[in-house]
Amino acid sequence: MHTENYLNAKKGIGSWLFTIDHKRIGIMYLVSILTFFMVGGIFALLLRLELLHSGMDFVTKATFNKLFTLHGAIMVFLVIIPSIPASLGNFLLPLMIGAKDVAFPKLNLLSFHIYILGAFFMLYTMAAGGLDTGWTFYTPYSTTTGTSVVSATMGAFILGFSSILTGVNFIVTMHKMRAPGMTWTRMPLFLWAQYATSVIQVLATPILAITLLLLVIERTMGIGIFDPAMGGDPVLYQHFFWFYSHPAVYIMILPGFGIISEIITINSKKHIFGYKAVAVSSVAIAIIGFLVWGHHMFVSGQSEFINVFFSFLTYAVAIPTAIKVFSWVATMYKGSIQFNTPMCYALSFLFLFSIGGLTGLFLGALSVDVHLHDTYFVVAHFHYVMMGGTIIAFVGGIHHWWPKLTGKMYNESLGKFACLLIFIGFNVTFFSQFIMGSQGMPRRYADYLPQYTTMHQVSTVGSWMLGVGFLIILIYLLHSIFRGATAPQNPWGGKSLEWTEAATPPIEHNFDHPIIVTHGPYDFDEIVHTQKGRH
Amino acid sequence: MFQFLKIGAQASTASFWMPPQASTFAAGVDNLFYFIYYLCLIFFVLIVGAMVYFAIKYRRKSEGQKTSDIQGNHTLEIWWSVLPGLLLLIVFFWGFADWTKIIVPPSQSLRIRVEGQKWNWAFSYMREGISSKNLTIPLGHPVELTMSSKDVLHSFYVPAFRVKRDVLPNRYSIIWFEPTEIGQFDVFCAEYCGDEHSGMLNKINVVSEADYDKWIQNGGDMGGSGINPAEFGKQLFEAKGCNACHSVDGTPKIGPTLAKKYGTEEELADGSKVKIDDNYIRESITVPGAKVVKGFQPVMPSFQGQLNDKQIAALIEYIKSLAQ
Repeated sequence: MHTENYLNAKKGIGSWLFTIDHKRIGIMYLVSILTFFMVGGIFALLLRLELLHSGMDFVTKATFNKLFTLHGAIMVFLVIIPSIPASLGNFLLPLMIGAKDVAFPKLNLLSFHIYILGAFFMLYTMAAGGLDTGWTFYTPYSTTTGTSVVSATMGAFILGFSSILTGVNFIVTMHKMRAPGMTWTRMPLFLWAQYATSVIQVLATPILAITLLLLVIERTMGIGIFDPAMGGDPVLYQHFFWFYSHPAVYIMILPGFGIISEIITINSKKHIFGYKAVAVSSVAIAIIGFLVWGHHMFVSGQSEFINVFFSFLTYAVAIPTAIKVFSWVATMYKGSIQFNTPMCYALSFLFLFSIGGLTGLFLGALSVDVHLHDTYFVVAHFHYVMMGGTIIAFVGGIHHWWPKLTGKMYNESLGKFACLLIFIGFNVTFFSQFIMGSQGMPRRYADYLPQYTTMHQVSTVGSWMLGVGFLIILIYLLHSIFRGATAPQNPWGGKSLEWTEAATPPIEHNFDHPIIVTHGPYDFDEIVHTQKGRH
Repeated sequence: MFQFLKIGAQASTASFWMPPQASTFAAGVDNLFYFIYYLCLIFFVLIVGAMVYFAIKYRRKSEGQKTSDIQGNHTLEIWWSVLPGLLLLIVFFWGFADWTKIIVPPSQSLRIRVEGQKWNWAFSYMREGISSKNLTIPLGHPVELTMSSKDVLHSFYVPAFRVKRDVLPNRYSIIWFEPTEIGQFDVFCAEYCGDEHSGMLNKINVVSEADYDKWIQNGGDMGGSGINPAEFGKQLFEAKGCNACHSVDGTPKIGPTLAKKYGTEEELADGSKVKIDDNYIRESITVPGAKVVKGFQPVMPSFQGQLNDKQIAALIEYIKSLAQ
């Protein structure tokens, strides 16, 4: 490469590990997150393999329980929660608002170091005999089990600080660092989603931190908080846990929404349908998302009265989500739609996330939830949201901004093929889980009764397709770094600043000239302007 | 209405999505399930249908192809917020209405106590003085279960009855149902509780009123009438979940195997020896922590009060029979 960019400006491992450049930090997050995605994915493949036949075939039940626990804990705490904000968010936020970095670059580096420290605690947990509580650490099982609960909860506790600091950093950056002319309504929707996410990270994460700390105190000092044997209350733990972990669901999905808004507009060459509705619905979801945690506890023994409110509010949060989905589809109307790999992921997202969202309606209904709670129906539902939603959007986003991240183009045909394979594999894996779930198959079972065999086998075969799909992506993306064609500055014809103003890849301080914003992020050249516009 | 979805594999009331209907709640829950299902299907077809139609109709045919300057439509946006909102209200109220039935047990119920313990369920008919591994109940009679746990959280789940409730160590939880079909139905533990969580399975036998009376007369499953003590002991051994930790084939599990043990000597954790006789077995059942065999953890719960003398004697006879 002839010109200087953020990748080649400095050399050596130290220039990466101690960089305060948001782009390099974003890349380090991306590499770490994808590595853990691979680890969590391997655990998933192993546990699906064990479930191919009823009876225990190659691991014991105790090992199986560790496999699903570690799969869940890694995927939630080390992959999905940081996934989009920490990697793509870090990389793109300053570029998109025309800033030279985030507001607190050193704090940003500290967030990354804290993430790595938390990750070491998780790795230690694996080395020290694993963890068998489920990622939810429900008491009193977690107070009494012999596995490494303390190191795992301390890991999650530490990771929480990384999340909070990133949130604070992003909020301040968006408030204070926007280039002249970059009004709030000229911000790409990806940033509105980041903003809503950051607010939840700052407000909700401390609750998880305190809860896990209380659990550690109970385990190590024998002070009764959640364990009835010591005078505690296990349902209290569930309230504390879900008060964070339900909003955390929106920490996980909102940034995915942001990516989909970007990919669909740019590849339809259309202004987003209902910018304000889509932007405000992110904030609405963030707020209502704090008031629905009790829908995880309809059969837990909490107040019957409060269940009614939680059920009602759960349906209230469905509406802003529906508005987003309708708006994305409407954005494609009268567009000029290009089917590149990111767009294929966006369409895949709309299909899968619709199923994920709609199946939530079953679980919000009190009487139906009594039957479906803690079955594979729930497992299928949250995989359609977390994987079919967030991970599909994340992978789509990585492809969309790959030229900007690396300056290289990936193999388009392989990209579409892998996207299709993952789409099919995903449905085979998880749709079968809806059926066995509503038929009564409980989750977290190492073994099952014969009536569930067929659906388990279908699901396991699907997991292999998913495994192969992600392997193909890994191979062609690595290949493109070394052998890929050089990417043009703006391969998709984008109008947001990272495409129009920044080089590919960007230089160290982002822009070589002062930025003044004069247009919105979706004012594409192809749009024929009429008097009507809005309305 | 949904007949076409039903498959005749198990009972006539099972459908593609749902297990057989065997309680008074089942039909109501299934009706709402299928209502939401068709609602979702309609919305899914609309969303994905529009997406596919637009994707094909407006695919890019040439570079620089012009597009419309549509930035939104207030009327449309209000409609697609309000209309789903109203449908969601219906779903909410329907779910709420059915659920009020599920949480309020009728006063004339047959009351049975349930105790969850790693990793089995035990049912106590307090008035009749019967304890049982499986639940036997009469058809067409409301049954109220008062449930508690001896250790961690469990959840009592009967798919065919569409009922589920967490079972806690520090308070009682109540669940009720009225069976509408004679037959045998699965009970699952639905709240993760450790190693043998997936093995925490029991059965509910729904029998006719007459058969139920006869069953009570015979002292339930665990009455031990009409069989020899060793056979009765074997029944108890499985019913009480002893087999979850103690094998009878020589392989050590969480606890030591009981094969060929009666009459032999065993080394204890403190290095001393003990002869395995009737008294040692009795003590190990009632005060398991007293003399723990070397190499094993003192994790066995006490069965004091859960087994009567006749049952303990039967277990001893069974362990004796394993020595031969």
